Amino acid sequence: MPDGNKLSSDHRVGRSIPRPDAKDKVTGALHYVDDLPFDGLYGATVRTQTARGRITGLRFRDGSEHGVDWREIAVVTAKDIPRISKLDGLDPNLVSLLIRDQPFLVRDEFRHVGEPVALLAHPDPEVLRRAVQLVEIRTEAATAQHDYRVPPTPDQVQHGEDGPDANVFKRILVSKGAADESAAAFREVFDNAAHVVAAVYETQAQEQCYIEPNGMIARVEVAPEDAEGAVWPRKPWKLIVEGSMQCPYYVHSAMTSLFQLPDKAVQIIQAATGGGFGGKEEFPSIIAGHAGLLALKTRRPVKLIYDRVEDMAASTKRHPSHTRVRAALDADGHLLAIDMDVTMDGGAYLTLSPVVLSRGAIHAIGPYRVDHVRVHNRVTLSNTPPHGAFRGFGAPQTVFAFERHLDRCARAVGLDPVELRRRNLIVRGDTLAISQRIDEPIELHKWMDEALTAARYEQRRQAHALFNTEAEISGNPLRRGVGVATFMHGAGFTGAGEDRLASEVMLRARVCANGEGGVEVCTANTEIGQGAITVFTQIAADALGLPLDAISIARPDTDQVPNSGPTVASRTSMVVGHLVARASDDLVRNLEVSGALSDDDLRSDPDDDRASALSDAHGRKYRTDRLRRALCTAATQESGPLEGWATYERPPGGQWDDVAYKGIAYGTFAWATYVADVEVDLTTFQTRIVDFVASQEIGRVLNPMLAEGQIQGGVVQAMGWALLEEQIYVDGQMRNPNMTNYVVPTFADVPDVRVLFQESPYAYGPWGAKGIGELPMDGPAPAILNAISSALGIDIDALPASPERLMRAVLNAQAQEIR
Amino acid sequence: MTVSHAHSHLADAVPPQRVSFTLNGEPRALMVRPFRRLLDVLRTDLALPGTKEGCGEGECGACSVLIDGEPVNACLVPVIQCEGSTIVTVEGLADHAALHPVQAAFVQHGGAQCGICTPGMVVTAAWMVDRKLDASAIREKLSGNICRCTGYSAIVASVAAALGDAKAPASDADGADA
Repeated sequence: MPDGNKLSSDHRVGRSIPRPDAKDKVTGALHYVDDLPFDGLYGATVRTQTARGRITGLRFRDGSEHGVDWREIAVVTAKDIPRISKLDGLDPNLVSLLIRDQPFLVRDEFRHVGEPVALLAHPDPEVLRRAVQLVEIRTEAATAQHDYRVPPTPDQVQHGEDGPDANVFKRILVSKGAADESAAAFREVFDNAAHVVAAVYETQAQEQCYIEPNGMIARVEVAPEDAEGAVWPRKPWKLIVEGSMQCPYYVHSAMTSLFQLPDKAVQIIQAATGGGFGGKEEFPSIIAGHAGLLALKTRRPVKLIYDRVEDMAASTKRHPSHTRVRAALDADGHLLAIDMDVTMDGGAYLTLSPVVLSRGAIHAIGPYRVDHVRVHNRVTLSNTPPHGAFRGFGAPQTVFAFERHLDRCARAVGLDPVELRRRNLIVRGDTLAISQRIDEPIELHKWMDEALTAARYEQRRQAHALFNTEAEISGNPLRRGVGVATFMHGAGFTGAGEDRLASEVMLRARVCANGEGGVEVCTANTEIGQGAITVFTQIAADALGLPLDAISIARPDTDQVPNSGPTVASRTSMVVGHLVARASDDLVRNLEVSGALSDDDLRSDPDDDRASALSDAHGRKYRTDRLRRALCTAATQESGPLEGWATYERPPGGQWDDVAYKGIAYGTFAWATYVADVEVDLTTFQTRIVDFVASQEIGRVLNPMLAEGQIQGGVVQAMGWALLEEQIYVDGQMRNPNMTNYVVPTFADVPDVRVLFQESPYAYGPWGAKGIGELPMDGPAPAILNAISSALGIDIDALPASPERLMRAVLNAQAQEIR
Repeated sequence: MTVSHAHSHLADAVPPQRVSFTLNGEPRALMVRPFRRLLDVLRTDLALPGTKEGCGEGECGACSVLIDGEPVNACLVPVIQCEGSTIVTVEGLADHAALHPVQAAFVQHGGAQCGICTPGMVVTAAWMVDRKLDASAIREKLSGNICRCTGYSAIVASVAAALGDAKAPASDADGADA
């Protein structure tokens, strides 16, 4: 960075700017999809009730006693969808994602409870609710696979051929050092090690539990002569879908494929979205398709809103995982080799599982120097709704296993868990398990110490040891412990993923309400609570030298905004924010070329030390009044508003090898140490988190208030995963699909999370910013479970650390002592 | 899994009745089926979509409204129970253009993220502030309102600030500049 590490007081970035959307949120004026004015039909979904089988028929039972007249209800089934797409010859009923295996509507075979079979539409949602109950799905059962950890029997095979790869969606091997040479060489490292420590760790599914359930409104524009008759119009037509989503262009691609329409004939608009956390990444495409099918059949607008039960039972969750870890250490506690075996539960269809597995594999060994590494990873099928995107995207699972294991290793070696970490953390120039060399100026030891000091780790550890000894003697049921996790998270798509996205951002000149010139920032990245529109406003304002109110953010609408990629993978501020800054530069250049700005308009102040967003910034800074005047002219020119564009360019550096699983996986990582202090009550086996410190290096804090809030929110979501949240499946059916029995943290369950930031600017993020959305999901569970394990003197290796689990663990340990 | 039975068949069968109450300061009377949820009547019949449905069973608090001054989950209230009551929804908190102090505090202290829990949250918080309850009770009094974004600290800070117990770092007041 040209400016060193500090931003001058002139900057809008780096400051706690309140959200532009806050006022409409606190007054209830902001309309989410279910709040939009609507005149049309309501839709509902009829779903399978068993885990696997074949549909033999549908029966629509007489509803006259229930006020249901089937002649008034529109019904769509898979029969309404052509079998072969005229675009690509594939089955358009299969959702277009990594591969095409999941149907919008079951044609024949089904693989999970809650799979959509038929869609109904009617003007009265209450009639519709009763109608759904009247549809009987006749099925022929097939053998379901309920345990993703064991190989399928021949009659359970649903993906791939029978054999070692049956029901395996994806395998990944990460290998380094002796593991690259031979199995024998790798084994020798373990044979000669002073300590070999092995254990198994398990994590459960987690529901995103955004407070706004999923929903979409679809409408079609059909030529009048096509209004009746054929289900699929013969004339060109247009589909418009508006709703709750993270990724308008994902929905767009899924709709062009389902409806076999050209790009221009599909318009996707994001409505205000009440939380996503990954749960509105891929799944909304299915709801959009359903609403679209009903709208096409009825030629009316159709609104399809899930209630909480349907949303929880049918939508994607975090992948459960089962991980074996074996570590070889020398007598001083240096990690010599790691052998890991990770299995994740993909659920019934492949969806995004290979990429979730990939992120888990890459983050598995964290920021530690280990010369010899072998991590086998696989994601397999089971007959539950597909597991999908959820904040952290595979990393929380492997980070949990590895960070828990480090505490076990520390005990085996006879070191404090922090000291063991200190001896193994990477320094600048070291390579990760994936052989990515870290050349950025990291100071992980120092950053870890700052977290430990803030958490008073050493004092607490000593005090707790004393407290627990006295408690045992005096019969006090409380036990205290402190635990640590040190980890990292790479922002943006992995490897060449950002190249393939080739994201584009556009800024255009506009006239503000007060008549002055300003700009509109056009991206497809959605505001889902994380603060995207606030941060984009700050970035554009600073990049151009304009006040905040000169910047407006276009609503993500595929007819209006370029494809700047999905709102996922902690990429919005870092990757797209960088494009916003570059597009700002481009707009200024275009103003110069058009003659709207000249040297006379340059700022005269030679001491203007406002740092540029970009290391290769334009550098010429114009007087605000002149720039606004130029923008005003450029906004109203005859050929349309002047625009500035930026397209993603890969930062210089090495490549990622997707076959060898080696190379530059991410341009940068955010680095973190989290410290949890807990108290467990041996009467109730309840865990209270007394204090939590979340310390991370994130390049540049663009908006301290928003960044702190995003970290706190992620930490609390992870606290829920660590202690409370669990879905109960019986024969593939979720038995607790509601907020009464699926318990997420409330105000009363968590402490104030204390957040610390370090800043070591990244050259390819705006003003050095790195992505932070997912990072806070990775560390809390291992830190908390390490603290609990320390408090109890028993290793707790599976989530959630519910009272029931802790009670069983303590009773088992006592029974073994007696024996 | 199918759409849940938020409404029983019986509730639909009962004929409409006249219900009158005071809503956000205005007297209102309407003919409605008596067992319909207050939440639906507010959102649909009275066109006040600020009150949200998060769970439909009284767990999340997104539908919090004040009935006769007390915070209540509107998804659990049959509209007939509101006969003669005074109801305040999120739309009734601000005094015309002037935000309620608790709404202003949410803006200033980052109390809203995605915003879907915010209407219910500010209704409960406004009740706390109007009653001048002690800031030490914030976490307990708001524990019926669930937020999945903030981790709660910024909401606690917002309510504390509105209660005059300003311990939290606020946004840059002059940050929302010219």
